[in-house]
Amino acid sequence: MSRKQKKMLVRIIIAAVVFAAGLFIPETEETFSVLWFVRLAVFLGAYFAAGWDILWKAVRNIAHGQVFDENFLMAIASIGAMIIGEYSEGVAVMIFYQVGELFQSVAVGKSRKNISDMMDINPEYANVERDGEITEVEPDEVKVGETVVIKPGERVPLDGEVIFGASELNTAALTGESALRGVAVGDEVISGSVNTNGLLKIRVSKPYSDSTVSKILELVENSSDNKAKTENFITRFARVYTPIVVISALLLAVVPPLVIGLSSGMNGGLWNDWIYKALTFLVVSCPCALVISVPLSYFGGIGGASRHGIMIKGANYLEALAKAQTFVFDKTGTLTKGSFAVSEKCPQGISENELLSYCAAAEQISNHPIAVSIINAAKAFGGVPKADNAEEIAGFGVRAVIDGREIAVGNARLMEKIGAKITEQKSAGTIVHCAVDGKYCGYITVSDEVKENAKPALAELKRLGAERTVMLTGDRKITANAVAKAVGVDEVQSQLLPDGKVKAVEELYRDKLAGSTLAYVGDGMNDAPSLARADVGIAMGGLGSDAAIEAADIVLMNDNIENLPLAVRIARKTRHIVTENIVFALGVKLAVLVLTVFGLGNMWAAVFADVGVSVIAILNAMRCMSIK
Amino acid sequence: MKKTFKLIDLDCANCAAKMETAIKKIDGVTDASVSFMSQKMTIEADDARFDDIVREAVKVCKKVEPDCEIVVK
Repeated sequence: MSRKQKKMLVRIIIAAVVFAAGLFIPETEETFSVLWFVRLAVFLGAYFAAGWDILWKAVRNIAHGQVFDENFLMAIASIGAMIIGEYSEGVAVMIFYQVGELFQSVAVGKSRKNISDMMDINPEYANVERDGEITEVEPDEVKVGETVVIKPGERVPLDGEVIFGASELNTAALTGESALRGVAVGDEVISGSVNTNGLLKIRVSKPYSDSTVSKILELVENSSDNKAKTENFITRFARVYTPIVVISALLLAVVPPLVIGLSSGMNGGLWNDWIYKALTFLVVSCPCALVISVPLSYFGGIGGASRHGIMIKGANYLEALAKAQTFVFDKTGTLTKGSFAVSEKCPQGISENELLSYCAAAEQISNHPIAVSIINAAKAFGGVPKADNAEEIAGFGVRAVIDGREIAVGNARLMEKIGAKITEQKSAGTIVHCAVDGKYCGYITVSDEVKENAKPALAELKRLGAERTVMLTGDRKITANAVAKAVGVDEVQSQLLPDGKVKAVEELYRDKLAGSTLAYVGDGMNDAPSLARADVGIAMGGLGSDAAIEAADIVLMNDNIENLPLAVRIARKTRHIVTENIVFALGVKLAVLVLTVFGLGNMWAAVFADVGVSVIAILNAMRCMSIK
Repeated sequence: MKKTFKLIDLDCANCAAKMETAIKKIDGVTDASVSFMSQKMTIEADDARFDDIVREAVKVCKKVEPDCEIVVK
């Protein structure tokens, strides 16, 4: 509790004690008797102890033209209650209002702190090595190329490269990944991660303003600017809700007593009765529960997501994700690892290992990712033989001499060129043919590996009710279909030209169900237009890729596709909690208003409908932080 | 120009919403956002009159919630 809150607590306790004492003083029939005065004095004492600041604010704000100010309404309601003789009720309403407000402020403060602690990745200082001495400076004072020393337990202040030492880094605050990341000399380290065991020296590669940590902080800090539609709606609603309830209160105070009084001739107690009802209305007229719980829920949802390494740029995106029914995926780097590996070996007349080693030997002169994958596969099987006279034939493949034999490795056109007759094949992936002394010897298929968790992730999306999952790729149809089948997407569009992806996204966008949204998931490298076109652009693997952080609305920091259904679940649950809060708050308020009109409600119920509901809504909203 | 200011003692969510509405009405303001949760205010307005607009924004905020302090750096 802050000092301000503690002071309030003391005031409330004093007021409550005095109020309790007042309740022991018997009510007297005689107005202006000594006992009557004592009782009044005690209640007024309690009243002012609890609510003097409310009264003061009411006066001050009305002077500023704030008519529907909650302090003013509270003041009118409680003073009104006392004027019509309901002393204890007037005081109690004020005390409970303050208790509720205090509780609210503590709860909001606490969740605010929880969330900001969770996002606390800001390095406070950097130990920079200058002229052989280590000085502690602000991270933004360190220049590129300087050496920074990071002791165990300290946060990496700037992005850089390790030049001394080895350690393990904890990147949990950035990626939600709890496994430690081992680093040694030559490795890149990312600011915001925490050094766990060894001393590291790094050479700074980026100024603080461009480092990962400041990019993420910027993202997190701006996220509260992008308000959800629900929040804006509730704010607009609040602007009409209060005046409507206040005007109804006025009408309630005047019209029924006049009508009933004139028609029945009755009068005794009639005015007091309806004024009391009107005052009760005033207590319910504050829209606080609604106004507070919506942004708090989204704030909590965004904070909770960040703990899993899901960075969301605003409540509006969380809201849009909750409604996503069409999920469009980029293939390479999103559903597949984006790294090639030998997936199939089909030799003809030679052994599998021979085929592999011939291909690898010839490919040695190339550094193409496909060549590298073949060489790696061969190394795993006992080494790569030496090749002589290796030459690369651009657009065809490579030729080399191995053990005196003429080897040609490359595409179908190369085989045709040297007169080797290839056999029919239906493999998905990139096919590398091999001929020995002009005779066809089979082929190797190299393909991009499907991410192990892509299939379960997509299956879960389906379970969550995703209408349509589509994969877009520039790759060959046969490869695309194989990947699509392996991961289980509904549809696939292959052989797309670079601008074809955006066009495809636009078409899907037109086809989506009314009221639903379209999410595009890409690795952020060349998907920027598609990410921007979708309702929600989700980028994979934000670490180290500034483009992804900038282009997307949601970034899955740790490159784990399984975080996608998690993000959807968080979004849905948050929306659910927001709806719950709105329905609950409005429902209780409405119920109390109706009950009051029929004489069944009282000010206690009204105070509950105001601050009690706020507190419950806040507690409910705090659940958004811990969705799993 | 777009600038963010820190708010101290912004105690009520409804006041934050009222401040936002009031700031948006100031002449020259293109967009404004007051976040109760992060206790921050962002104003996007004409470059030329930015300082005047900020002063005006502080004034209208004081009207809505006199206890809330806006840190203008």
